[in-house]
Amino acid sequence: MSSIGAVEQTAGKGAARYAQRRRDRATGVGSNRRGGWVTYTILTVVLLISFYPIYYTFLLASSDAQTIAQNPIPSLIPEGNFIDNVTRVINSDIKFWQALWNSVIVAVITSISVVLFATLAGFSFAKLRFRGRRALLVFVIATMAVPTQLGVVPLFILMSNLGWTGKLVAVIVPGMVTAFGVFWMTQYFEETLPFELIEAARVDGCSMIRTFWHVALPAAKPAAAMLALFTFVASWTSFFWPFIVLGSTNPTLPVSLQLLQASYFKDFALIMAGVVLATIPLILLFIVAGKQLVSGIMAGAVKG
Amino acid sequence: MSVKSAPPKPQKAKADAERELARRTRRNAWDQKLSPYLYISPFFLLFALVGLFPLAYTAFVSVHDWNLIGGKGDFVGLENYQQVLQQPLFWKGLRNTFSIFLLSSVPQVLIGLFLAAMLDANLRAKTFWRMGVLLPYVVMPVAVGMIFNKIFADQSGMANALLAKVGIEPIAWHADVLASHIAIATMVDFRWTGYTTLILLAGMQAIPNDLYEAAVVDGAGRWRSFRSITIPSLKPTIIFVVITSTIGGLQIFDEPRVFNQTGNGGSDRQWMTVTMYLYELGWGAQKSFGRASAVAWILFIIILIIGAINFKITQRISGTDSKGGK
Repeated sequence: MSSIGAVEQTAGKGAARYAQRRRDRATGVGSNRRGGWVTYTILTVVLLISFYPIYYTFLLASSDAQTIAQNPIPSLIPEGNFIDNVTRVINSDIKFWQALWNSVIVAVITSISVVLFATLAGFSFAKLRFRGRRALLVFVIATMAVPTQLGVVPLFILMSNLGWTGKLVAVIVPGMVTAFGVFWMTQYFEETLPFELIEAARVDGCSMIRTFWHVALPAAKPAAAMLALFTFVASWTSFFWPFIVLGSTNPTLPVSLQLLQASYFKDFALIMAGVVLATIPLILLFIVAGKQLVSGIMAGAVKG
Repeated sequence: MSVKSAPPKPQKAKADAERELARRTRRNAWDQKLSPYLYISPFFLLFALVGLFPLAYTAFVSVHDWNLIGGKGDFVGLENYQQVLQQPLFWKGLRNTFSIFLLSSVPQVLIGLFLAAMLDANLRAKTFWRMGVLLPYVVMPVAVGMIFNKIFADQSGMANALLAKVGIEPIAWHADVLASHIAIATMVDFRWTGYTTLILLAGMQAIPNDLYEAAVVDGAGRWRSFRSITIPSLKPTIIFVVITSTIGGLQIFDEPRVFNQTGNGGSDRQWMTVTMYLYELGWGAQKSFGRASAVAWILFIIILIIGAINFKITQRISGTDSKGGK
């Protein structure tokens, strides 16, 4: 890269870009290898594999049970029963609206809470000096690998003692903090927030909490937004614990979706309409924020 | 501060100001000292309460006679463990879990490496392709399970219809043990391969280009530089991917749970996993929290051991190709 840098200094940006491009063509390996038609073909096939099962679900959801039974491979053009099937899902006894609302509530509250507590802790770990800091941070990182799902039995006992079984709070509270979130925000603050900014605020007479609120929090926005996205997706798709503690009386979407299959198992048009309904919100989120998800995964991987 | 420029004040006011300043300094010192702990405490308190405590308490429940409805009974020592380990169903669950885990994670890492290498090229519309591989990640596992339950239906399923077109006999995706494991592994990989690919891609992009250029000078081909530069440099990333997929994979529940309408893991329990067995012990007919906890604790120890083995193996595999090259 150094020679390209030299070109940029002596001959300007355009020349540097040109030199870089020529070099890319010459080396042809690693990140600089230019994608040929083979690469594009493979990637197109992968894209179709990614997309087809989702489209397949929609095709079945717009069909009817008999057509589905007769044609294992659905025709690529959807039929006209989608609205009809969706209506049947909504009118079935899986409590669709309640489940949708529950999922939204749980996902929104846990996302806000995870971001708030992770940002607070991350700010403290990255920018404040205190005794035991290193040891506690190592502890946080170690707990990321702990399969907390295996604590379901005592967690269930705890929730029944509190009288929380069947209530959303039983799903919200265990989701309110994540070790990953703390680690993620700590990394971000360490890399981006200069100590000078905090000291400046302190010298100006800001208390710690005001420094956090007015300096750290605004600086954390990009990382916090990504953390919120991932927490939202994780909460929306989570099944095991809501299934155990909420049950069918007050379900979230995955729980009620599973009920749909359990009670109408031959009616695939109905089942797939339910799947489409449960998936649409995240597909919309993906269209709006898919780019952030991609860069979030890639940023987390480099650090982790 | 404004002390210097302030006009001369009466004696009392000055004393007041001094006291105020001292008070502020004291408060400031406390603020500085306590705030760091205050800010990390919500995480630690909540995590201890809903994460660590239940996991540790599982060991306590597992040595008691404990019923979902009746609550805590007598201390029974290791009896729950003995009973669980004597159940053929437990061993079947363990076999299924490992089989599904291997069938999903090995192809996932290999395909992920391949796709990451494809995406690592200098592409047009980079973000578009990256989003393309990630799309299945937003479909919830329960939905993935239900979709593939239909695709892999033994009768009138799409997978068999496609196989018939190329002259292959229909496969009993639900009835057959191995076939059902392959079907479930496919679901897992459908959702996670793109995610893994992006992690590996990030690792690949962090490899300095000079390494590749040096390899070209030395006459290495594309495959050779992939093996001798890319793979060894990706070592930490691959370890990360393998360890996270182990922790998740050995606890698999959602996809096999919805692979049929009853959620029992098949008529012969051919795809029932350990976590499904745990659920069945605790919340099924037995309602035995003691035994469910014993299963949880056994699985926890297995995950720890496999994690350690994984770490060793991955280190060795990706270490042999790189003699001194890091």
